[in-house]
Amino acid sequence: MRIGDAKQSYEADESIWKSSTQKVWFAVLLLVLAVFPFMADAYLLYLGCMVGIAVISTTGLNILTGFTGLISLGQAGFMGVGGYTVAWLSANSALPFPVTLLLAGLLAAAVGILVGLPSLRVKGLYLAIATLAASVFLHFIFAEWESVTGGMGGLSLEPAHLFGLSFQSDFEMYFIIVPLAVLMVFGATNIFRTRTGRAFIAIRDRDISAEILGINLLRYKLMSFALSSFYAGVAGGLFAYFYRVVTPESFPLSMSIFYLAAVIVGGMGNLLGGILGAAFMTLIPEALKLLTAALTPFYPNAPIFMSPMLEIIFGVLIVGFLIFEPHGLAEIWHRIRRFFSLWPFKN
Amino acid sequence: MDWLFFGEISLAGLAMGGLYALIGLGFVIIYKATRVINFAIGEIMMFAAYLFLAFAGGMEMSPWVALPLAVLGGSLLGGVIEKVMIRPMLGESSISVVMVTIGIASILVGVVEMIWGADPQLLPDFLPRKPVFIGEMYLAPKIAYGFLIGAAMLIIYLLYFRFSRGGVALRATASDQAAAYSMGINVRRVFNLAWVFGSLAASLAGVLVAATGGLSPQFGAIGLSVLVVVIVGGLDSIVGALVAGVFIGWLETVAGAYLGGEYRMPATFAVLAVILVFRPYGLFGTHDIERV
Repeated sequence: MRIGDAKQSYEADESIWKSSTQKVWFAVLLLVLAVFPFMADAYLLYLGCMVGIAVISTTGLNILTGFTGLISLGQAGFMGVGGYTVAWLSANSALPFPVTLLLAGLLAAAVGILVGLPSLRVKGLYLAIATLAASVFLHFIFAEWESVTGGMGGLSLEPAHLFGLSFQSDFEMYFIIVPLAVLMVFGATNIFRTRTGRAFIAIRDRDISAEILGINLLRYKLMSFALSSFYAGVAGGLFAYFYRVVTPESFPLSMSIFYLAAVIVGGMGNLLGGILGAAFMTLIPEALKLLTAALTPFYPNAPIFMSPMLEIIFGVLIVGFLIFEPHGLAEIWHRIRRFFSLWPFKN
Repeated sequence: MDWLFFGEISLAGLAMGGLYALIGLGFVIIYKATRVINFAIGEIMMFAAYLFLAFAGGMEMSPWVALPLAVLGGSLLGGVIEKVMIRPMLGESSISVVMVTIGIASILVGVVEMIWGADPQLLPDFLPRKPVFIGEMYLAPKIAYGFLIGAAMLIIYLLYFRFSRGGVALRATASDQAAAYSMGINVRRVFNLAWVFGSLAASLAGVLVAATGGLSPQFGAIGLSVLVVVIVGGLDSIVGALVAGVFIGWLETVAGAYLGGEYRMPATFAVLAVILVFRPYGLFGTHDIERV
């Protein structure tokens, strides 16, 4: 049981580390993440990289949808901007990956600001539909601007490189993806300790009240769009380096819905939730694949039913979480934690 | 410019637009009564069309028996969705409710794929095959008769909402729930009925559209075009859905014929973007005033 948790100053209340136990657990987590690639087999490594990319993108969408209350169906489009930027730069320049990823993020952020502009006039679902329109246009550009994007065939990439080192295998990519994911989630945690982050939350809770409090709505909404699409752009860039090919079909509308679902299943407006949601939603299809493989000897038809089953599970998760567990996996996590911290005293 | 070709394309587009108007009407009914944006409407259409396929193709019923049965099945589905999944979300934020409908869409796609498989299918022919000429212009018979059935349904709906008791109850609920409730209108029943009627319109349109263009589990993507229709027309405006439906159907077909199929979506979404910037509440929608 945890005791002595009284806060005596605002600094203490705002601090990232609420207790020294937390620091210890975080160190353990980092250690596990660092040791993981040396212990894991190829498949687990692949999953680790996928989850890392999903965590970055989900955190970005969480900033926009979970914390600022602006629903976006354009996340896959922003990731596409990042992915194509990286692909184009790797073909037409010799820039190392930190620079290309940064540029991918910045370009995606610029597109994000452009898409966010209508947010001054429209909000809620109208805004969602504006972002949907943006993703239709982006998909069109990816498919038709052949001189830059390679059309429907897409672009293939050289491996990521830095100082003559080349990152080719999943093992090597892991050391780019996961540290970046940790860094970017950490960055997001810090945003919400500043005026900017609090302004986002105020806008989410009631935008008109926020405006009366002196928050410049357009500026902060655009900032939220920019941040969110920066995360998406970086995630898209990593996605491109990881698969080493981008096509217009790499970033379909269903991907945007996937990330929205990850935010919801994880818990809207909760960074931990975003991480849990991203991992959960990425691992579900893999778990289903394993299950199908296990069932195939008994039911030879099992593989045919896998893809529709996945659709159904996906839908049931979204609907089920929204109806029965609206605060998502993060709430379940907290419940488990509360159980342990109250342990001998509660029943 | 070949005016005859343009005329034929426009005619086909307008007929398609008539069906869009019917789907848009279904969408608007649901939105007006329950304030839910139904992203699953395309999938409800798809489900009804597959039901028709099962009744008319698999069980070899007469198409004119299968059609009402399939439409009935689709509207029943709408009613069940409302009772089981939308009702518990009453009072939640609109984002959550929209996500629920997206989840429902995903479930329906999965179910359909599981029962009928992922391959595209053709519906049995049930509309007359005699080519239709309007003046010089040729119109594919499936599209022409589909439009006629759709338009008949549309008129029945409009009359129903104008004159019947149920229609008045629906309009009353749409304009003020509390007042409607205190006048003895069973608001919960109206919610349910709105979903049933909305899905009914969508289901009929679904069978008609699938009869012209074929059917696959991706059929629900038509919901995106419908979304454009209702946003352009105004979410809560029946007139808007009609006008915008016809216009968007026409634009989509013309853009597809002159610029190529890949321009269909960008063309309509460009109109959508312009409308969102200059008239965010659509051509005929009510402009809500927000207070703290």
